Parts: sequence; structure tokens; C-alpha cells
Amino acid sequence: MKPATALSPWRDPVVLLAVPALLYLVLLYALPLLWLLAKSFVGPDGLTLRPYVDFFADPFNWRVVWNTLGIALWVTLVCLVIGYPAAFALARAGAALQIAMLVAIILPLSVGVVVKSFAWQIVLRRDGVISQFLVGIGLWDEPQRLLFTETGLVLGAANIFLPFMILPIYSVVKLIDPRLLEAGATLGAAPLYRFVKIMLPLTLPGVVSGVAFVFSMSVSMYVIPSLLIGDRFQTLSTLTGRSFLFMRNEQLGSTTAVILLALAVGVVVGSSWLARRLGSST
Amino acid sequence: MTPLEHASRAIMWIAALFTVVFLMTPLVVTVAVSFGSSSIFTLPPPDWSTLWYERLANTRGLWPSLLTSLQVAAFSTAVALVLGTLCAIALVRGRFSGREAIATFLISPLMLPGLVVGIAMLQGFKAAGLREAYSSLLIAHVIITLPYIVRTVLAALSLFDFSLIDAARTLGCSYPTAILRVLVPALGPAFLTSGMFAFLASMDNYPISIFFTDAWTKTLPIQMLQFVEENPDPTIAAISTGLVLLAILALIVGDRLVGLRKLADF
Repeated sequence: MKPATALSPWRDPVVLLAVPALLYLVLLYALPLLWLLAKSFVGPDGLTLRPYVDFFADPFNWRVVWNTLGIALWVTLVCLVIGYPAAFALARAGAALQIAMLVAIILPLSVGVVVKSFAWQIVLRRDGVISQFLVGIGLWDEPQRLLFTETGLVLGAANIFLPFMILPIYSVVKLIDPRLLEAGATLGAAPLYRFVKIMLPLTLPGVVSGVAFVFSMSVSMYVIPSLLIGDRFQTLSTLTGRSFLFMRNEQLGSTTAVILLALAVGVVVGSSWLARRLGSST
Repeated sequence: MTPLEHASRAIMWIAALFTVVFLMTPLVVTVAVSFGSSSIFTLPPPDWSTLWYERLANTRGLWPSLLTSLQVAAFSTAVALVLGTLCAIALVRGRFSGREAIATFLISPLMLPGLVVGIAMLQGFKAAGLREAYSSLLIAHVIITLPYIVRTVLAALSLFDFSLIDAARTLGCSYPTAILRVLVPALGPAFLTSGMFAFLASMDNYPISIFFTDAWTKTLPIQMLQFVEENPDPTIAAISTGLVLLAILALIVGDRLVGLRKLADF
């Protein structure tokens, strides 16, 4: 039986069940993160912004930041262009196509990123399937290598993150009553007007969360650029990894790690704020 | 239908078809290469062969890393199942403020860059005096698996009617028996699917594991990336095919337990 009035946290013993998990996460995850954050602002003589000033004084590092944001924007755009109509198709498809799509979307999610990146190394080769296909349909005159190019990286990353764009949009599209559009048509709205005024606002919360997922994952991806583009092209994430694992430059690594963390938290907080606003206005 | 409607329907079906082909391409290519005779990944393969699978037995470092990954995934999933379920019960049954925030906090490791979480934990563990790779891996992977458990079990629990437990007790069950015979079976599918996907997430993790490996302790993805960088040959595709098979198995079990559409809930 449910208690009629709320008990104080200390009188409600069920609260105690949350303690082990919370203690674990606070001690082994939250505290280390806060410590990393705090340490990056402490120099030999007190509080300092020195590492950040130094970091942004170097034009190479600006390049790294633009690389990171640019690739993430391209990947997000490609995922959105494919994922938006695909989410509608998934919601409206007949049983057979829907099952095929669900399998194609869910199965790769349980396959590791190393496996998929390695597969893309093969796909993007000069004699790989994409090159063969484009030559076959006459778009390319001769086979070209896409591996170790920005285009190849965007293609591979978009492939790996596409499910995270389709699923959130699908989750709002499947709730939309198709009769809404018919009602709009009955009332004399033109198709384009119906889409912009009815469909787009209703699907926007799904788009926001899909874009947030794909963008933040593209900003922080590490294995994919390591395998598909290599050292020539540095992002914040690969620079962070390299400065810890190979260069043993913990100072630089901590600075870039905190910038990455700020970007990721910014995307999460910003998108949930936007989703709440959209939710309250519709 | 107007031409515009025709066009938008066409775009939808093209996107659907493209999505299926695009998403399946890396998996199909991996499997095809692993059964091909070509050592330079020629597609379509000139001839079929099981040579790369025969080589697996003698691939140095593969089996120890697989064993490490299986142990770490099993341990961390088991711990996360216990911690996560207890916490989910508290969040659903407790009446205290900030439950939403706590749920977000528990799921947050999924949303933050793995590399940053790994670095933070590495420095934190070092400061606490823990330098041993294997124990660090076990501890770190609980943080990787916990969000998967909490997310799914929380959703399942909020649909569970707790008055069923009271009913069982009225009918003469003791409290532990009521939990064991009513709550646990009702949550069974949630335990299995979330446990399965948490297990796979742990098996696949690279960006956190990389900070807790040494010459003797490597997880499978770390070892595989090393193979890719040192000597890329279709043996790696053969290992990958094994992992794809594991994913297919998980998908079939998940479909049987909760259905494909439910797995796609986001």
C-alpha cells in the first residue's frame, strides 16, 4: 500500500536501496571527473587559466577545434538528411520492411565500434565497394581511395551513428496521428504548408534529441578517426587520447579533455532545454 | 495525390532502402571478407576459404584478451544488475525529491565522452593508490554497464503494479518470497535484455578500457585495434564475424523476450 503522505527521506527505508549505486558512482565517477575539472584550473601558484590561454594561443589547436566541430556538423547533417525520411518510413512501413529496417538499425548497435571501423577501412579502399559502385553507375571515371580522407571519415561516422538519429525521430513520428495531416488537407492546407505547419513542429523534439546524440558522439569519437583518417587529421578527442597514451603530456590532455567535457555537457544541457521548450509550446 | 506527395513518398522509400543497405554494408563486408581467400580484402572474393578461421587458433594474444573481456563483462554486468535494480526500486518507490536528477546522473556515463571519463577515472584510481590494470577494469566497467541496467529496469518497474506484492503477502507469502516469486519474474525480460546489452557494451568498450590495460591485461577491442594497426589481415574479419554472430544472437533473444519494436524504444 502506498503511504498516504510523503515521508521524510530519513523515515522512508526504501531510499536506502539507492545508496550503494549512488555511492559507487559518486566516488568512482563523479569525484574523479570533478577532480579532473578542478585540477585543470590549478597551476603551480594557485588558480589559473594559463593552460587554456596557452592552448588557444596556438593556431594549430584552433585547427583541431575546427576539425572537431566541422566533422561533427557534417556527420550530423548527413545523418539528419538520411535519418529524417527513414524514421517516417520506419513508422509507416509494412510489416516486412519494418522488420528489415529494425534489424538493420538495432543489429549494428550491438556490434563494437572497432569492428565497424575496421569494416569501413575495407569499404573505403580504392577497390572497396563504394568505389566499385560509383564507378559502376558511371559517377566516377576511375576507382578512388576514400580511406584517410575527410569524406571517408564522414561516411563511416555517419554510418555508425545513423541509428541514434533515426530512433529518437521514429519515437515521435510513431505517436503522430496520420489523420492530423488529413484534417489539414480537409481544411484546405497545401501539402508543403501541412508539412511545415503540422509535421515539422511535431517531430522537432525527436530531431533535437537525435541531433544532440549524433553531434555529441561525433565530437567525442576516438576509434573511428584513428582508423579512418589517421594522425594527419587531429580532433580534440584524438589529441586528448594521444597526449595521454603516446605523448605523455598530461597537461595538454587534461586541457583538451575539459574542453571536450564542456562541449558534451553543453550539448546535453542545451538540447534538453530546447526539448522542454518545444514540449511546452506544442 | 499531388506530385509533391508522390515525391515525398518516393523520398521516404528511397531513404528506407538506402538505410537498410547502408547500415548492413559494414557487417556484410566483414563476413564476406572473413570467408574470402584474398588476404588483401578483394571483393567479391576470388574464392571462398576458411583459412582465416583456422588461423584464429594460433593468433597470439587473441584468446587471453577474449577471456579478459568475457570476465570483465560478466562481472561488471552482474554488479550493475544488483546495484542498478536496487537503485531503480528506490527511485520508483521512494517519495523524495530529486529522483529525476538522480536518474539522469545514473545514465550520464552514456552521454559523456568515454575518453574523458576514462582519463578522470585513471587519475582518480591512481590517486587512490590503485594501479593494477585488471581490478581497475572491473571497477570501471560497472560504470559502463550501470546506465543500460538502470534505463531498462526503471522503465519496466514504473509499469509494475506493486499492489501485486501486497496481494501475494495477503495470500500468505513472506516479504522475500513475494519479491522472489512476483517481482523477479515480472522483471525477468528487463533483466535479461538490459543485462545482455550491458554485457555487449562492456565487451565493445574501447575509450575507457584503453587507460586500464598493460602488457598482460588487454580487452578484446584493445587487442583487435592493435592487430588492425600492426598487421591488418582478414583474421580480424574472422574475429569480427564471431562478434557479429554474438550480436545476432542477442537480437534474436531480445526479439523473443520483448519484441523488436520494444528494443527500438528510445
